[in-house]
Amino acid sequence: MTGDVVLDARAVGKRFPGVVALSDVDLTLAAGEVHALVGENGAGKSTLIKVLTGVHPPDSGELVFQGGPVRFSRPLDAQAAGISTVYQEINLVPLMSVASNLFLGREPRTRWGLMDFRAMNTAASTLLRSYGVEVDVTRPLRTLGAGVRQMVAVARAAATDARVVILDEPTSSLEPREVDTLFAIIDRVRAGGAAVLYVSHRLDELYRICDTVTVLRDGRKVHSGPMAELPRLRLVALMLGRDLEQIRKEGTTKFDSAQPEARQTPVLAAKGLTSPHLLHGVDVTVRPGEIVGLGGLLGAGRSETVRAIAGSLPVDSGTVTVAGKSVRSGSVAAAMRAGVVMLPEDRKSDGILPDLSVRENIVLAALPRLSAAGLVSRKRQDTIVDTFIRRLRIKASSPDQKVGELSGGNQQKVLLARLLCREPKVLLLDEPTRGIDVGAKAEVQALVAELAAEGLGVVLISSEFEEVVEGSDSIVVLREGHVVAQLRGGDVTEQKLIAALAEGGDG
Amino acid sequence: MAEATVTPVAAPTARRLRDYGVYAALGILVAYNLLFTGNFATLANLNTQLVQVTPILIAALGMALVIGTEGVDLSVGSVMALSAALLPLYLGYGLMPALLVALLGGALCGVFSGTLVAVVGIQPIVATLALLVGGRGLALVIADGRLKDIRNPMLLELGSGSVAGIPIVVLIAAVLTLIVGFVVRYTTFGRQLVAVGGNRSASVLAGLPVRRILIVTYVISGVLAAIAGIVATARLTASDPSAIGQLAELSAITAVVVGGTPLNGGRVRILGTVAGALLMQLISATLIKHNLPTSAGLVVQAVIIVVAVLLQRPRLAGAK
Repeated sequence: MTGDVVLDARAVGKRFPGVVALSDVDLTLAAGEVHALVGENGAGKSTLIKVLTGVHPPDSGELVFQGGPVRFSRPLDAQAAGISTVYQEINLVPLMSVASNLFLGREPRTRWGLMDFRAMNTAASTLLRSYGVEVDVTRPLRTLGAGVRQMVAVARAAATDARVVILDEPTSSLEPREVDTLFAIIDRVRAGGAAVLYVSHRLDELYRICDTVTVLRDGRKVHSGPMAELPRLRLVALMLGRDLEQIRKEGTTKFDSAQPEARQTPVLAAKGLTSPHLLHGVDVTVRPGEIVGLGGLLGAGRSETVRAIAGSLPVDSGTVTVAGKSVRSGSVAAAMRAGVVMLPEDRKSDGILPDLSVRENIVLAALPRLSAAGLVSRKRQDTIVDTFIRRLRIKASSPDQKVGELSGGNQQKVLLARLLCREPKVLLLDEPTRGIDVGAKAEVQALVAELAAEGLGVVLISSEFEEVVEGSDSIVVLREGHVVAQLRGGDVTEQKLIAALAEGGDG
Repeated sequence: MAEATVTPVAAPTARRLRDYGVYAALGILVAYNLLFTGNFATLANLNTQLVQVTPILIAALGMALVIGTEGVDLSVGSVMALSAALLPLYLGYGLMPALLVALLGGALCGVFSGTLVAVVGIQPIVATLALLVGGRGLALVIADGRLKDIRNPMLLELGSGSVAGIPIVVLIAAVLTLIVGFVVRYTTFGRQLVAVGGNRSASVLAGLPVRRILIVTYVISGVLAAIAGIVATARLTASDPSAIGQLAELSAITAVVVGGTPLNGGRVRILGTVAGALLMQLISATLIKHNLPTSAGLVVQAVIIVVAVLLQRPRLAGAK
């Protein structure tokens, strides 16, 4: 059912200062196919989409669109040519009506040059009805649910007579029923002869809707071919760059349910954490001195799990118990009082105060206990700051140096010191070594092990599988917000982890 | 250790200009006046200049705190008017009750805008705009739209008296400056305020009581604005809610920004704010002394504001 090649990217390369984002990537989209584009974080998916849609011109290689070479210098050129994109953050105007959004930029006019609202509304409802979406098209878009908004975005892309429709994580905010409707729309777009480029991390969806697949890793194309001929396990292995044979040798994972340390009271017990679209009944148990890794692909709900435990992500249901005492959910302050602290994933936006000194960044969370009658005691501050600077080997010219001037690794250590000031019982670490140099990374890893040895419970997230496997005593494997496996003892190996990612649960 | 410094830091000149430019500008202007303006270097003139700037300066102290939280308080002028209107109501019971009522009015205004900002989540500029409009209206209603002469001798003394040659209102402003400066630098609250302005989500994650900090900040701003209104009333020897505090919010913001406090929060410069207020006052005074029209003064002020804001740009102010 696939036809002529619509868009052919040949040996596309793109570098940014300091990084090669794409190198010799080929991508061929044929009319009437849904083409999956997959890869882990940093694989180059977004850069490739941006090259295809004229946001970034490629540094090398060429784009051939409908038989002729093209060069898009801005997104408008690509749109005019017939490449339509639905971004992850929906590019619609929330205050305008559904119909206005559908016809934004190509509104029907009356012969006086004014907007022809009647024609627009009729055309809009006919169009949406043909996709099986029944809504009042005169309502402002923002009054509709995320699902309908996504449908409108896709319908808009499809209705512009686009030859190529690019969908970036279209189902991330949809309910299962809405996913069905979306897939029906995609089917119609495909039947209409357009090519669809489908970006998603949800393997089930890829196998359901996609005809072909291209896998990117570290800016290179590592595989391209029919979706149905690529086994799930091999797809995951390709994405992560792991040797398939080795995984095979280990065989399919058997998840033993023995709990050797069961006698010890857990320092952290999270049960049934549920948050719409993000978490579906996640359980995590950590005993004193234990490091529990969270395994999963991008978007599996790892960060959401720790944020729910730390109280910064509201949950619909589920309980968090720390050292036997239950903690009020949805409150960072309550979680901290109970002894749970979190190192956020995004150091820059959620962590450091770049303009403040190392000292102030460290004592931030502990100010009240270092103060008497509201006055900050400089002496007690200095004692604690000196201790941590020495213990974590923070390299700063002085405690007065601004944190924004430190290297990434040292910023991370400052944040760790901030958490440790609170004398926590449970440490939640979300990507503790991302973006820091090798030396500092080893130091942070050693420090985490040391803290656990002192009796802290640690939950560790890392997109580097070696780090999770080497650092953890057990691993909770998540997929699409569900716990699909739990690895313990001898099962904590990269092979078993990858196998669980691909096949865990009912797959 | 030098190797720890990897992030590019602001061009030193630009940063120094941002941090100390206001003092340099003030110094140059003072030097100019000493040389070329007759009767400038007299105690009487110095006192006049200082007395004139006090209400704005006091309001600007609160403004600096609010701006430090990445907010802005547009209501200070109206709160000044409200406090001026409240003041005569209870003067019959003595000065103290009257002052307390006026200050309480300012505090309540702060609770109102602080709650809108911190709890309801309305943007500061809109939340305080409501009070900018409503506060003066309420003041005029309370005062029945009329100017009331002040006859309380203690209040009049407060407005025109001096201690050891220094006007009382200037002493009040000086003491308030010291207190606010101390609060910012040495108290838990002050440090937390700066943290909230510098990175709100990091502060939430660090478990800071962000809402409470924000509300208290607006309350302080409201109380300081009320004090500014009292001072202005005492100097005017009349409660005039239609004139007191007109456009004071803009002058206060100008003083804060010119003084080197960035509008995107995370830094509060109290001494800079004082210098900024003095600089603006001295510019208009200089132009008046040299018989230039006030409109020329506005243009000069505008230029200074633009320069101050340019110096605050992140590119110049260092890596973010």
